[in-house]
Amino acid sequence: MLEIINDYWVYFLIGQYPNGPLGGLVLTLLLASCGLVLALPLGIVLGLARVSPWRWLRWPVTGFVFVVRGLPLLMVIFWAYFFLPSVTGVKTDQFITMLIALVIFDAAYLAEIVRAGIQGLPRGQMETARALGLGYGRAMRLVVLPQALRSMLPSLVNQFVSTIKETSLGYIIGLAEVSFIATQINTQVFTKPAQIYLILGGTYFILCFGLSRFAYWLERRLARRGMSVADPATAPKVSA
Amino acid sequence: MPLFDYSLLLTGQYHDMLVAGLLLSLQLLAASLLLALPIALVVALLRLSPVAPLRWLGFAYVESIRNIPLLAHMLFWYFGAPELLPEGIKQWLYAGHIEAYSAIIALALYTAAFMAEDIRSGIRAIPTVQFEAGRALGFGFMGTMRRVVLPQALRVTVPPLISQTLSLWKNTSIATVIGVAELMYQAGQVESATFRSFESFAFASAAYLTVSLAITGLATWYHHRFPVRTI
Repeated sequence: MLEIINDYWVYFLIGQYPNGPLGGLVLTLLLASCGLVLALPLGIVLGLARVSPWRWLRWPVTGFVFVVRGLPLLMVIFWAYFFLPSVTGVKTDQFITMLIALVIFDAAYLAEIVRAGIQGLPRGQMETARALGLGYGRAMRLVVLPQALRSMLPSLVNQFVSTIKETSLGYIIGLAEVSFIATQINTQVFTKPAQIYLILGGTYFILCFGLSRFAYWLERRLARRGMSVADPATAPKVSA
Repeated sequence: MPLFDYSLLLTGQYHDMLVAGLLLSLQLLAASLLLALPIALVVALLRLSPVAPLRWLGFAYVESIRNIPLLAHMLFWYFGAPELLPEGIKQWLYAGHIEAYSAIIALALYTAAFMAEDIRSGIRAIPTVQFEAGRALGFGFMGTMRRVVLPQALRVTVPPLISQTLSLWKNTSIATVIGVAELMYQAGQVESATFRSFESFAFASAAYLTVSLAITGLATWYHHRFPVRTI
């Protein structure tokens, strides 16, 4: 096993770069980061639409979220891979295809996290803000959303873990991320598939376990701080 | 050529391929679910065990599975694990449907890790005084379990298990990577044979959505039929 790591670690980390396209673990992380960063604003917009008081906005977005959440990510990737070129006329590369699929998929899931974050707040927050004379948009932006986003933080880290795991599906459209590179190494070494895939699993594990522990720590920390705010002795009496 | 060729989906060889794929996907779902539930129950009990090493074992199982993508599990069980077996068993495996077995093992172990956590939190949600009160009223161990603890525990445990089943259904599509001829694989085959990507992917999407919505509907029905009672 050490022999394989010794021979292939550079290839595993960055693929053929700088003699070819960037790949490996670095590409996995790049894809996951870009995916989440782009999906977050879209997810917030969709989440706001899901709780908006206007039916013409709420219904189509709810339908979209239901459809995306009912489909496997692989199906979204296939649609993106075969449809984008035929609609736009431009042959998109695997990275962009995968990124678009991830953004659409993650945005639908983030929308539900945002919705839960907003609906988890006491109704009094919105009512008080409206009573103070703020419009719906300003009350949402200044009062409700900042609190909802703070309580969403651990879920966001967990969503990042999911996104890292989801990038592995780029394998299917031949994107040179870390699972694809591991398979390439497997075809070169040929005799040690179990070891190679254990190294691959171990790599994902170190990354994702570290991040999910961080989310757990964050959750506990926020709960502790949140508790002191919501302490019945110090908190203002607002009926929830 | 018509814009959307329904006939392709309604009859003929390609229709048969897609339907066979759907049936195999449903079989994968059923087989993995049947395997995952008992594993999940055992792991949940390990995690609640009073013996520390057993708790660690349960924790290690859940975390090591959940933090690795299903795709990597599939690749390991298909390419890696059979190589470690003795020659005789290997021969026998390669003669059969090894890809389907690998997929079921990967799916079941993966789903079990998530379900174990749901079962664990469901059991923990019932205060121990409920059990003690049942015993104090003169019910036996089984009587208390059946009449007092389980009815409450199942109300909180079943809905998350149904949503894990939904994830499992969507995850069966990943078996396509190791060449299991399920729905996603067949849609790809039909697409490459006919170049009618819209029709074949529309069929697969509609099939995935239909089953997903049925599972979501089941969850909603359960929630109405057995609402969680707060004490």
